Amino acid sequence: MKAVAILWLRQLKRYSRSRVRMVGSLGQPLLFLLALGFGLGPIFSRAGAGDYIEFLSPGIITMGILFTAVFSGIEIIWDRQFGFLKETLVAPVSRLTIVLGRALGGATVALIQGLIVFAICLLAGFRVADPRLLPLALLFMFLIALLFTAIGTALGSVLEDMQGFPLIMNFFVLPLFFFSNALFPIKGLPKALLFAVSLNPLSYGVDGLRVALTGSPLSGFLPDLAVLGVLTAALLALSSYLFSRIEL
Amino acid sequence: MKATPRDPQILTVPGGERAATTVIEIAGLVKKFGDFVAVDHISFAVEEGIVFAFLGPNGAGKTTTIKMLTTVLSPSGGSMRLAGIDPLSEPLLARRAFGIVFQDPTLDDELTAFENMELHGILYGVPRRERRERIAALLSLVALSERAHDLVKKFSGGMRRRLEIARALVHRPKILFLDEPTSGLDPQTRNQIWQYIRELCRERKVTVFFTTHYMEEAERVADRIAIIDHGRIVAQGSPQELTRRTEQKTLEDAFIALTGRDIREEEAAPIDRMRMMRRVWRGRR
Ligand SMILES: Nc1ncnc2c1ncn2[C@@H]1O[C@H](COP(=O)(O)OP(=O)(O)OP(=O)(O)O)[C@@H](O)[C@H]1O
Ligand SMILES: [Mg+2]
Repeated sequence: MKAVAILWLRQLKRYSRSRVRMVGSLGQPLLFLLALGFGLGPIFSRAGAGDYIEFLSPGIITMGILFTAVFSGIEIIWDRQFGFLKETLVAPVSRLTIVLGRALGGATVALIQGLIVFAICLLAGFRVADPRLLPLALLFMFLIALLFTAIGTALGSVLEDMQGFPLIMNFFVLPLFFFSNALFPIKGLPKALLFAVSLNPLSYGVDGLRVALTGSPLSGFLPDLAVLGVLTAALLALSSYLFSRIEL
Repeated sequence: MKATPRDPQILTVPGGERAATTVIEIAGLVKKFGDFVAVDHISFAVEEGIVFAFLGPNGAGKTTTIKMLTTVLSPSGGSMRLAGIDPLSEPLLARRAFGIVFQDPTLDDELTAFENMELHGILYGVPRRERRERIAALLSLVALSERAHDLVKKFSGGMRRRLEIARALVHRPKILFLDEPTSGLDPQTRNQIWQYIRELCRERKVTVFFTTHYMEEAERVADRIAIIDHGRIVAQGSPQELTRRTEQKTLEDAFIALTGRDIREEEAAPIDRMRMMRRVWRGRR
């Protein structure tokens, strides 16, 4: 639909015009990659777990996507404050159309951000196991992006202003990242932590992406895909419901 | 838009003379925020092709009424009709019938003037060729052709306002809602804007529903006026009728006679407070 396309395009234009944002949101993944990747790398391989950069990179790419995606979704709050949201709310298109346009736009932006992090990982020494699996990797990156943009949109529809933003970052987004399999392997984790990690949707994204990029147990990606797919659809539905309840 | 059975134009009388038709009809409209009644059972009708001023002190309920008419706020009670359409049951259809300039800006600052108009045209399903033609014509109407490809964040308040009005017309609405379209603008820009709007009214039979705090402006441009105070309609009529009825010389005096001299205290919703702060900030620069 044209309305979805133009809202998607709007997000891309805003992203491409804001270099500061682009560079700014690369900072954190870069920091994690360099400090953890090279700092913990020697211990990791001494423990016989292999190359840490290789293990860590899919996690860091996911991190780049996660942050950008949640932020893109939450941007609804800005649009509400700066008024543009009203322009879309009085347009003769359904709320679902608006949410889809925004979510696809935000997800595309997050995907691009993820690809930039990917390129940085390659510079840091990361190697792709099998280039034929790259489309699968892209699919996972996009699903992660869409899922978390939808979550951001749902949050942005409920919150009145940006004051809740640090709360969401510190008590939702960062925990999601740390209590996932992005930074450490799940083998031999304490039970409670293992439980948290396996409840965390992000873990399925990281796992799928890791399978696609490093080629290790290829059998594992179908459940990941199923979990992500179902969750993404559910969250899109939830966010368009919450969005449709916005009054100004 | 094609003529549907609901279309008021169908009501044309056989002789070719057009009967005065109402395009906006409100009956017993109510909006409550918790216990507070912001709009209290208001009813009125607006005829096609006129300029209608909706006046009232701060916090009287003007914006709230416009928000309900334009489907962004659901009423607590009552009924409405826009160009024969019930916006509550057919919001998408109703939205095609009106254009709106809200009290607070609704442009995307990170897009250019042209991009803002283009986005609007696409959302309203205006075909490409017409869209481009209308955008060019409207931009020149509001004297922004040269700035079409500049980012809106570089625009002054007056330029933004003009752009918003032009954008609201891209889909050729039957009704144009303007919530304080001229607040904070210099007299030159205000005159210019009213000139455009009057032309529009005359040429295309667009019905204009606007609010303002400038009484001399309302007196000059409005065909009909309704005054709202504390959520209730306290008077209706032509500017002349209102001044005559209150035995005052100007509309401003009539307005004060009808609504009293007290300054309204109002508690702004959090989001409005933020906007107000933003306005103060902007003003300081
Ligand atoms: N979302 C809301 N929640 C609670 N109260 C609200 C809300 N929106 C408006 N009000 C209240 O409803 C009343 C009417 O507000 P409204 O914005 O319609 O006034 P107005 O006539 O447009 O005033 P102004 O001329 O200052 O723009 C005010 O007392 C306002 O504080
Ligand atoms: Mg108002």
